[in-house]
Amino acid sequence: MSFFKRLTLRKKKTQTSSKADRGILVFEHTSEVIKAESMLKKAGLNIRVMGPPPEIRSGCDLVIEIPLIEKLNIFRMLENAGTPPMDIVPVSSPLLQPVDLFQNKDFGKYLMIRAANMKLTVEKETRTIVNISGGGCPDVPYLASKMVGMSLNEAPRPREIGHTLCGYALDLAYEEMKRR
Amino acid sequence: MIGVVGTVPDRNFPLVTGEIRLKGDSITIQEKQIPVNRGTPALLAAAIKTAQVLEQGPPFAYLVGDVGLGQGSRRLYEYLSAHLGKCDVTTLVFHYLQPDVDWHNRVLFAVEEMESPPVLIADAGFMYAAKMSGQSCQYDLFTPDMGELAFLADEKAPHPFYTRGFILHEENRAPKLIARAYAHKNAARCLLVKGKQDYVADRQGIRATIDIPMEESMEAIGGTGDTLTGIVTALIGTGMAVVKAATIAARVNRLAGHYANPTPAMQVLEMIQHIPRALSEILKSV
Repeated sequence: MSFFKRLTLRKKKTQTSSKADRGILVFEHTSEVIKAESMLKKAGLNIRVMGPPPEIRSGCDLVIEIPLIEKLNIFRMLENAGTPPMDIVPVSSPLLQPVDLFQNKDFGKYLMIRAANMKLTVEKETRTIVNISGGGCPDVPYLASKMVGMSLNEAPRPREIGHTLCGYALDLAYEEMKRR
Repeated sequence: MIGVVGTVPDRNFPLVTGEIRLKGDSITIQEKQIPVNRGTPALLAAAIKTAQVLEQGPPFAYLVGDVGLGQGSRRLYEYLSAHLGKCDVTTLVFHYLQPDVDWHNRVLFAVEEMESPPVLIADAGFMYAAKMSGQSCQYDLFTPDMGELAFLADEKAPHPFYTRGFILHEENRAPKLIARAYAHKNAARCLLVKGKQDYVADRQGIRATIDIPMEESMEAIGGTGDTLTGIVTALIGTGMAVVKAATIAARVNRLAGHYANPTPAMQVLEMIQHIPRALSEILKSV
């Protein structure tokens, strides 16, 4: 590839979609924003405080931009500190909602529940988690190593030990499975 | 030589590079053992088994520990940005990595610096980042499952977790989702879609549909998509055309699963043991 073509391509790439993997934390009060900003920065997270996009019509006049993939980890930190956000939305499309559809597959002795891209399979009689599949974030193999082989009641909750959106989706499947 | 970039679910696992071997239930790199269950270790184990049948050398891996906090992935991205330009792999697959658009772009710059551009494959988290970056067309192959295909087809979704409800990821909608992913430039030059039926597609449409043998349990078994990516990577590493390799890989993965007589509780290692038999059989028939 020629030098000039490469330079043009590089410029185009740095301009494209750099916000695509970012999310926004929405809070009710500015004081919560200040507290959360301090805590998240101390934890080494790549965040910044900014004005809310026009689509967001609730909350205070400031929001915090975060790496959206780490939603579960960030939410847990803020919840533990007593300042959970009102909402967490993607920067690129603040009105997008998380997947809330569950799909079930009954294998007879086993039941599989899928939430978004994550699937959790349990042996019905013993309620033992026998498999976790799907997903692409690095906490998926980690969660599987901690949960497979344990009963639903003994296994750690994905929202307690997971960190990413895939972990969040697995928690939805886990909750749905427990409800049955 | 094929290169594999991915993570290990152990926060203390250091950044290591080197040739990978398979010994029993584990892969080894730089004298470190990693159990094969799912994720990148499963991809590597399948690639090794495939390469052995094809009389190819072992894969070269770039691995780091990451449990989802992204610190390991970012260290690996930094390493790749600095070193990939001097590597001589002919096929490069990116796998379970923390999706991060900025780092994705920097890694892609490093790939462009390589003397001979490798065949580029992305799966799992790195595929999410590739789509978000708007650079999908730089890749030769993506290997999504049906949920991930719906994400590729949804031009607004930043992650499969946000795929909009009207883009339902139902099996019979795969052709429409594939067309939509290409229409929005969110697909690689070739797609290998994993599901009840596997599809090999490109911009022109579906090139192959593979649906036998059918083992319903495979969907529940963690790592069966990773093995498919490992098999197709090793086949492409021999110089085989991507569409042909994807079609053969889908057949091999299904047949290996069939030979393992799977239940939803089976672990993927059992299936990996059957890859050599399945591959030999399929190669004889093509």
